[in-house]
Amino acid sequence: MRQCEVLVIGGGPAGLSAAIEAAKAGAQVVVVETNREVGGQLVKQTHKFFGSSRHRAGTRGIDIAKILRKQCEDLHVELKVNSLVMGIYADNVVAIDEKKSLTEHNIERIQAKKIVISTGASENSIRFPGWTLPGVMGAGAIQTMCNYHRVIPGRKLLMIGSGSVGLIVCYQLMQAGAEIVGIVEALPHINGYAVHASKLTREGIPIYTGYTIKEARGKERVEQAVIAKVNPDWSTVPGSEIVLDTDIVAVGAGLKPLIGMAHMSGCEFVYDKALGGWAPCHNKNMESTHKGIYVAGDTTGLEEASTAIEEGTISGIAIAESLGYIPKDKAKTLKDEGWERLAGLRSGFKGEDRVKAKMKQLNRYDEVMKGGK
Amino acid sequence: MKDNLRDDELVCRCEEVTVGDIRKAIQAGARDVTEVKLRTRAGMGLCQGRTCELLVQQIICRELGISADKAGFSTPRTPQRPVTFGTLGGDGFDK
Ligand SMILES: Cc1cc2nc3c(=O)[nH]c(=O)nc-3n(C[C@H](O)[C@H](O)[C@H](O)COP(=O)(O)OP(=O)(O)OC[C@H]3O[C@@H](n4cnc5c(N)ncnc54)[C@H](O)[C@@H]3O)c2cc1C
Ligand code: FES
Repeated sequence: MRQCEVLVIGGGPAGLSAAIEAAKAGAQVVVVETNREVGGQLVKQTHKFFGSSRHRAGTRGIDIAKILRKQCEDLHVELKVNSLVMGIYADNVVAIDEKKSLTEHNIERIQAKKIVISTGASENSIRFPGWTLPGVMGAGAIQTMCNYHRVIPGRKLLMIGSGSVGLIVCYQLMQAGAEIVGIVEALPHINGYAVHASKLTREGIPIYTGYTIKEARGKERVEQAVIAKVNPDWSTVPGSEIVLDTDIVAVGAGLKPLIGMAHMSGCEFVYDKALGGWAPCHNKNMESTHKGIYVAGDTTGLEEASTAIEEGTISGIAIAESLGYIPKDKAKTLKDEGWERLAGLRSGFKGEDRVKAKMKQLNRYDEVMKGGK
Repeated sequence: MKDNLRDDELVCRCEEVTVGDIRKAIQAGARDVTEVKLRTRAGMGLCQGRTCELLVQQIICRELGISADKAGFSTPRTPQRPVTFGTLGGDGFDK
């Protein structure tokens, strides 16, 4: 079986940053990515980044992906694309399904001294009559189709959810030529950034706050959506229904950490709404409760690309340290700097809740390692 | 969602499990996502629960009046995404 020092599962900003730090220090690193290109969510983010990043706010996501990839290549990190990690097994063995062509696959097992799980997140679904009709799909998936594969899945789009993802995807679909028939938001106010929302309202796109989707109708696929005013207990107000002609119902209902790999490794989890639900807990090295397995980015709590980069960086340094590539004191300084930057990033949007939730993860780690329950 | 939790609505589309099936499982004693999965197959499909996990959690919370952190989460198994038998059984495996 093939051996390697560091194996990274998922080539998004978190995984690439971990790879860069570990490789910089001298470790041999393999990044396994199921898509045909590394970059994770960034490969479709054509907008300039909002938020707090110390140096990358204002840069487009796609360009950040290119920068990270170039750094990996310069450091001779092996980027194994079209390769899906099927599972993690005993003694840090992972099984990989590599797509050689449309019909040809190759299965390989690699045993690694250290593993980084940086598999990102998956989109939340919501259930309403008709939610399984073709044409109902995740907002993020639509963004991938539009910005990466250059396909618009429909002509008339209704967005459910006015968070930043929903707003950005609407704007980009509009630029790509689709009609946005409206944005539905159950909260009494818009959930994302006001700058993004006003770009849409200026174009005359209605934002229905205090509404929810009641039903999607259609024979073979979505043809109509029924929306209605929503009560605090999620029941709808009779008589408030509006019927909209649409062929795409986009669901922008948030994301949750993709924790399958961490679960298979036997990591311990904590629940916190602020981070998208269940996520593996870890220590200040980003090491999970399974020794030698590290977690970074959205997989350990839904945040941003900037925080994913910092968490990945810290894990890469910690790994290099434990493999003997960085002396302890130097590693400590570098990691402390990383945590300081993270604290800075978490002072912004919904920052306080995230800080609390992250503390909970660190505390839970300590509890588990002390043998508590 | 109060007014549209209809028994005939699909929750797990991979395994075609409905709201009614999940309610029955809960009535039979299921208390979290895994126990619902063992009784109904919700979460055992192609997507290994990525689509239905949250919906199952919500129904459990509502039916039992508990918070989400008590309802557990889906526990995907190998392979975590679909892999063909040809790939698994073929001679592609390393020695
Ligand atoms: C529409 C939208 C707009 C956003 N805008 C911003 C913004 O302006 N600013 C900001 O800071 N953040 C933004 N974000 C958030 C940001 O994109 C994410 O927080 C960030 O990409 C998380 O990085 P990650 O490395 O943890 O995960 P991801 O970027 O999701 O990468 C995970 C990678 O792992 C791979 N993978 C998963 N499972 C496997 C497996 N089993 N085997 C192999 N590979 C696997 C995936 O294919 C993927 O490439 C936005 C997100 C969305 C959806
Ligand atoms: S929707 Fe339930 S397993 Fe896929």
